[in-house]
Amino acid sequence: MRSARSDLRRTNVVDAVTAARWRGRLVLALLLAPALLWLFALIVFPHVDLAVLSFRERTGPGQHAASLAQYRTFFTEPLYWHIFVRTALMSAIATALTLLVAFPIAWIIAKLARGRAGSLLFVVCLIPFWVSETVRTLGWMILLRESGVLPGLLAHLGVTDGPVELLYHDATILVGLVYASLLFMVVPLVGSLENLDDSLIEAAYDLGASGWSILREIVIPHAAPGITAGCIVVFMLTLGNYLTPNLLGGKNSQWFTEQIYTQFIARFNWEQGAAFGFLLLGLSTCMVWLGLTLAGQRFGDVMRRT
Amino acid sequence: MIPSLPRPLWLRAATSFYLVAFLIFLFLPLVTVGVFAFNDAPYPAPPWHGFTLDWFFGNESKERTGLFGDEELLGSIWTSVIVACWVTVLSVAVGTANAFLMERAKFRGQQALSVLMLVPLVIPGVILGISILAFASRIAELCNDLFGLEVEFLRPGLPLVVLGQFSYVAAIATLTISARLKRFDRTLEEAALNLGASQAAVLRTITLPYLRPALIGSAAIAFLMSFENFNTTLMLTGADSPLTIMMYGRMREGATPVLNAVSLFLMTASAILALTLMRRGERRQT
Repeated sequence: MRSARSDLRRTNVVDAVTAARWRGRLVLALLLAPALLWLFALIVFPHVDLAVLSFRERTGPGQHAASLAQYRTFFTEPLYWHIFVRTALMSAIATALTLLVAFPIAWIIAKLARGRAGSLLFVVCLIPFWVSETVRTLGWMILLRESGVLPGLLAHLGVTDGPVELLYHDATILVGLVYASLLFMVVPLVGSLENLDDSLIEAAYDLGASGWSILREIVIPHAAPGITAGCIVVFMLTLGNYLTPNLLGGKNSQWFTEQIYTQFIARFNWEQGAAFGFLLLGLSTCMVWLGLTLAGQRFGDVMRRT
Repeated sequence: MIPSLPRPLWLRAATSFYLVAFLIFLFLPLVTVGVFAFNDAPYPAPPWHGFTLDWFFGNESKERTGLFGDEELLGSIWTSVIVACWVTVLSVAVGTANAFLMERAKFRGQQALSVLMLVPLVIPGVILGISILAFASRIAELCNDLFGLEVEFLRPGLPLVVLGQFSYVAAIATLTISARLKRFDRTLEEAALNLGASQAAVLRTITLPYLRPALIGSAAIAFLMSFENFNTTLMLTGADSPLTIMMYGRMREGATPVLNAVSLFLMTASAILALTLMRRGERRQT
């Protein structure tokens, strides 16, 4: 009698444990479903499809064959790889300039400003980035075009004989790109400079280090994670930018994303566009990987920092 | 150098000069856009012809179409708002589910999945756009060949724009919400469960209220990201253009100051949104 009851109790417990386990699995499945749907339907499969598309060639109406023709075109047609290299170089220059412009302001925010002034200045730096890139670019166009504000001012002051066209130069594109990227550099820099202990700098100073060697031996090594994170993000965004080079550079912009757009939307040559897209993605991925390897950091940590 | 060390005069002067120059660089384009919204001239360029509100309220009788009379522009703002609402709802919902998945559940392949969730952030927006465009067309063609169905929402248009923007905004929402959930003290939930609350009640009365700031914050970011998105949208947009695409098209043609008016309108809206969020944050801290 007694053993029968304890058996019954045991089966009840077993049932309850099984039920809880099944419920746990159900919850897990429900939580996994949106994540997998998002990542596979919108990221993984489309990119696999894009890769397949880039490795084929149109042989007739509605007929395709596997080939490397799209990539061959890229390497044999100088125009395409010139633009590719140019985009990469300009992006690297823009990244370096952004770092140069952003570092002092990050230093002022993190170290020099006292009390609320620092956080206030930080917020002020973020304000322009609440406004869309289109609006900011419109501002630069009004400022820089031949009939615009700055050429007029320069002519009025007698610096130039008449209004000069300041748009459509490489330097203009760089100014626009640096402007568009500042936020993504300032935020990680401030983050990594804020937790640098002032006493380290004081100690170095007491031991007779010059400002330059303090910067080189203490500040930069300490801020390296922030610098890496900022540079990776800025390079990637610059490489993939379309609006700023297109509007500030006009016909002279020669940005690789424009080539992708032309092939995909204007010429409807999706195979070629897909190959271009993959080349750009490859470059972007390589630079991210290179940056992480150089700084010895993990991908996840960097992305969470920004 | 830091304040506790002696700084030579030239360094202090240089710092001040740099700060002023930096702030001018930062705000000059925005101020210019704002100022020329009120210029009484057909082009947003100097010289100054006097103050006017035509670019906001103008209509056909004045031969100037102001922002509030420009059906096309107003329509594109509305399109952007609708797209942004969809992206926000989807991203925050999926982001919340992902946060629980990554912080609470344990399963094989979790580490790999957490890396995969960051991948959308390192893919250039243009490529996200073309890959989704190509994949959607392939499925649409497959549906057409197999079942003779014409699947309209897989062709370039607003549903694809929503999906394209969602594909990376969801990653940002996931990061924001996970970061807060990670800091949550789970003993609070255990205490509630010990006192007899059901799982659902714990979620509703303890965990979600705790997550509220992150949910509101990520919703605001998602809305803004969607509203301002250009690269992905450019590839996926159909007949109805969202505002950024419409503005881009007009900027290429050389537009009237009505674009300045709409920009000023956007700046004001963003400023109000930013201030509201900041005040909320401050009130919470005190």
